[in-house]
Amino acid sequence: MECVATKSAISKPLSFRNIPLRLVIGAFPGNSRPRLEWGIAVIAFENVAYNYGGGELLSDISLRLAPGSFHFLTGPSGAGKTTFLKLCYAELLPTAGHVTIFDHDVHGLTRDDVAMTRRRIGVVHQDCQFLDHLPLSANIALPLMVAGRAAPQGDLSDLMGWVGLDRLAHSLPPQLSGGERQRAALARAIITGPDVILADEPTGNLDWDMSLRLLTLLVELNRMGKTVVVATHDLNLIRQAKSLTAARVLRIAKRRIQLAGADL
Amino acid sequence: MSLQLTLPPQITRLLQHRIFHASPADSVVPPSGHTAWLTSFTAGAMTFLAVFALALSLASGRLAERWAGALDRTATVRIAAASGQIDAQTKAVLAVLATTPGIASARALGDDEQRKLLEPWFGPNLPVESLPLPRLIEVTEDGSGYDAEGLRQRLTAEAPGAVFDDHTRWRKPLATAASRLRLLGWLAIALIGLTMAAMITLAANASLAANAQVIGVLRLVGARDSYIARAFVRRFTLRAFAGAAAGALGGMLGVALLPSADAAGAFMTGLGFHGAGWLLPLVLPPLAGLVAFAATRAAAFRKLRELH
Ligand SMILES: Nc1ncnc2c1ncn2[C@@H]1O[C@H](COP(=O)(O)OP(=O)(O)O)[C@@H](O)[C@H]1O
Ligand SMILES: [Mg+2]
Repeated sequence: MECVATKSAISKPLSFRNIPLRLVIGAFPGNSRPRLEWGIAVIAFENVAYNYGGGELLSDISLRLAPGSFHFLTGPSGAGKTTFLKLCYAELLPTAGHVTIFDHDVHGLTRDDVAMTRRRIGVVHQDCQFLDHLPLSANIALPLMVAGRAAPQGDLSDLMGWVGLDRLAHSLPPQLSGGERQRAALARAIITGPDVILADEPTGNLDWDMSLRLLTLLVELNRMGKTVVVATHDLNLIRQAKSLTAARVLRIAKRRIQLAGADL
Repeated sequence: MSLQLTLPPQITRLLQHRIFHASPADSVVPPSGHTAWLTSFTAGAMTFLAVFALALSLASGRLAERWAGALDRTATVRIAAASGQIDAQTKAVLAVLATTPGIASARALGDDEQRKLLEPWFGPNLPVESLPLPRLIEVTEDGSGYDAEGLRQRLTAEAPGAVFDDHTRWRKPLATAASRLRLLGWLAIALIGLTMAAMITLAANASLAANAQVIGVLRLVGARDSYIARAFVRRFTLRAFAGAAAGALGGMLGVALLPSADAAGAFMTGLGFHGAGWLLPLVLPPLAGLVAFAATRAAAFRKLRELH
């Protein structure tokens, strides 16, 4: 059991010399010993509301994503899943309350800070966008390129092979199917080995076989200690994940986010 | 149901280790046909014009200096009289000039010198002696200044055929015009530079707006403004430089092919570059690159802030 998404945890953080401490139990599968960890949470929401201009879409949301946690995000279409994820990587700023990413309030981030924060967060957009003039392999390596790094060619093609895109390395993004774009977007999101992976319906256009492959990738990343949030409608995927790792389910309903029961 | 899949070790390695090499790249911005062409063309055309403005500036500068400098301290007295009286009047004039304060020296030109002055118009074998030509006296000032009007009156009294010509009448406006022309040349170069900056700013803005999606993707994967701006700036700077280099070569070729001004040598110095002056137009392409760099950089940072 992992302490996450509870209001009491936010209101009474332990601290040591003003550095917040957190008790994490079972954050990593296979290691159930409780341990203390520095920092409050990878991403924390405190009484957050968001409003596109036509009334509040999300209200009074307080939760924290512990390092190494695995969460699914469900809810009816239009409930605000994508909006929630955008708040998590500072694409949107909360209209009320505070979002804290890696211990920094997003309101205080400069444009460069946002860029550096995004290098630690891999995002799979719902509408995966690419640089249409560059071949797929260059698109997948893009996060490395903008950070002034380059992937060893062999490892890049192994990753592309795993998501079933090795034959398409030289194709241009507009030539790809929806499912291929989603897999490419996932590969791009994880190529830098980010601390957090946010995936917005990453298996929406995939068959079960490929969905499992992507899930395996996400679970493996989670086992390395990465924090994972996956917005999805796919209950089978959630069930499968729960058999592999300590995944929790967050549900958006009536503008709030709740931790769903274990019986899902 | 349990999952049998395990990740191959290479992928695990890729995800765990972060041993990578830096790779500079401005390929992240797609090549955009018409703005690229517009930038190169503008830089080329503007530099072509700037070469002529530069040539004009240099030539009028030479002209201004020559008129203001070489003729500065001299004046002439022309004596036109019946042939019997010329020598007497010349003596009288020289005597007046010798006692005039502010005049350093005065000297009557000999027949040979007069022939030389007329040679361009009448050819080398002019019988100067038999022509009723006025006698010329070259007057050199000593720099302290003299009373031109008083001198003129005294000369008229002593030698009725003498006409004092201190050149300032026509020299001053010419020298002024020449230096105005030089100023206009530099002004034209400055205006050309500003126009180029404006056009390149417009092209850069259009390119940034057309690539809003590209910028969005780059920001999503953690690109900083400076990285995105650099990709645009590099491109526009190189294009402007290449266009300007072509324009400068074209302009220099045009100047080199201008008909030689030697025929009118004494009066016109000719529109063109002399010696090391030919190196000056070569400064224009790097300058154009610099203008493009500054204009695109400013436009990029402004636009990136607008684009969220
Ligand atoms: N940029 C926007 N401007 C205005 N309304 C928006 C915008 N993006 C999303 N919405 C609205 O917000 C609601 C939630 O959208 P979204 O977060 O995408 O939901 P979900 O991902 O759960 O389907 C929807 O009703 C949608 O129409
Ligand atoms: Mg959505």
